Amino acid sequence: MSLLIEASTPLCQLQDGGRFGVRHLGVTQGGALDWVALHWANWLLDNALQAPVVEIPLGGFSVLAQRDCCLALAGADLDARIDGQPLKPWRSLHLRAGQRLSFTQPLAGARTYLAALGGFQAEAVLGSCATVVREQLGGLDGQGSALIKGQLLVCAEGLPAEREVPAQSRPVYAAKPALDLVMGAQLGQFSGTSLFEAFNRDWTLDSRADRMGMRLLGPQLVYQGEPMISEGIPLGAVQVPPDGQPIVLLNDRQTIGGYPRLGALTPLALAQLAQCLPGGQVRFRAVLQEFAWQEQQAYLQRWS
Amino acid sequence: MNLRIEAVAIDSLMVRLFDRIDEANMPWILAASQHLSSAFGADLVDLVPSYTTVMVQFRQSPTAARGLIIEALQNLQPDAGAAGRRHEIAVWYDPSVGPELPLLAARSGLSKAEVVRLHSEREYPVFALGFAPGFGFMGLVDERLATPRLSTPRKRVAAGSVGIAERQTAAYPAVSPGGWNLIGRTPVRLFDREREGYSLLQPGDRVCFVAVDHAEFISLGGDDSPLEGQA
Repeated sequence: MSLLIEASTPLCQLQDGGRFGVRHLGVTQGGALDWVALHWANWLLDNALQAPVVEIPLGGFSVLAQRDCCLALAGADLDARIDGQPLKPWRSLHLRAGQRLSFTQPLAGARTYLAALGGFQAEAVLGSCATVVREQLGGLDGQGSALIKGQLLVCAEGLPAEREVPAQSRPVYAAKPALDLVMGAQLGQFSGTSLFEAFNRDWTLDSRADRMGMRLLGPQLVYQGEPMISEGIPLGAVQVPPDGQPIVLLNDRQTIGGYPRLGALTPLALAQLAQCLPGGQVRFRAVLQEFAWQEQQAYLQRWS
Repeated sequence: MNLRIEAVAIDSLMVRLFDRIDEANMPWILAASQHLSSAFGADLVDLVPSYTTVMVQFRQSPTAARGLIIEALQNLQPDAGAAGRRHEIAVWYDPSVGPELPLLAARSGLSKAEVVRLHSEREYPVFALGFAPGFGFMGLVDERLATPRLSTPRKRVAAGSVGIAERQTAAYPAVSPGGWNLIGRTPVRLFDREREGYSLLQPGDRVCFVAVDHAEFISLGGDDSPLEGQA
């Protein structure tokens, strides 16, 4: 079963749960920025939760069904339409042969995830289909290319009953989310004023944002420690370069780096951040590592 | 060595072994990586060794992981058997593919031949891989070769380009932007998705650069197209 891509942007990419076991080789993680939406999109179709999906930031994406297909949508409301008829996310759907599904503009959130029965088919490269343009890995062609007009997305045959994510389980995209940050080792080496401001001021998302990182604008944070030697960078690390404006490092980050860090956002905070648009505001909330881990385990229960 | 274990993310801990860059760190970093890898087994997600640290990403609780790390690194010794592989990497040192070769000679007051000799006579440990898949940070080069990065990085550096930044040296596995001072080019494929382990270089390996002439560079499969010219 296949979908013909009729419109796409360089931001529309095949993504999955990411690439692991290769970070020591300098290979980045990749994968869906909003893993919660990735899980729900696949859950709706009884797929493996990390199966390949299309990540659609902001819109500009349109597909035409060549045959009847069973698809699912989770994440942002990008004003999706089937032949002009509005369609809300958090549900699976049957797209009949000849019908067109299009995404036009963000009405709530920033990124939506389009899943298909059995997962979109692509060859795994280094264990994953995640598209990383910079590393020329993953995607439909295996060479890290974003999806382009004219390509075919292939999925499994079958039309299981349509279903929805239970209303109480759907994430709420808050106007100013509080993002949990696991406190890191250099936290104590920022000035006292900086520490207060980091956790008590609003931070504005800069337009300089991509899958490597999102820059935040706010009070200047002052690091007083020794210069650092490059070391491994975990997902969600909040690094502070000399200009004092923090950068949240995301799925396509470099694997090692030497800027001091406040700590790292939790996976749930990263899923919230992935749905924020440039100009939006966030806050940081300090959490302890073990507590955050327990909370994450409890959250994962909803899919087990 | 002064072992510290620091929280860095919900599922990751930084094992800090040293406070400064030193070639003598590498046997310790490598031994620690191997101990941690076997201690965590299937619960290990990723392990990122670097100059002075090993970052561990795991599946179990941080408290359990911390206990496992302490146990795994008790009585840690730099294991001679744990030393990485030794590679000889052919390099065609020439201004046409290494445009900063004359600059390095001018800065140091050495001839180009002496720059080549100094770069190729040492054996360098691979401190870490990063920046790009298969890009190994190696060092330390002779102090006379130490050169700061270009003030404006190039938009395109050819695959195989061999460069120097401060006292480190590296080869670019693929075409990419880059700010290192280029002195030559290797025909060796540094990252290959068909190869077992993908990357020629692994952290803790040792590398010798071997000067070759243009004919040998080409016969080894080298691409001598200009910096911006590679497909």
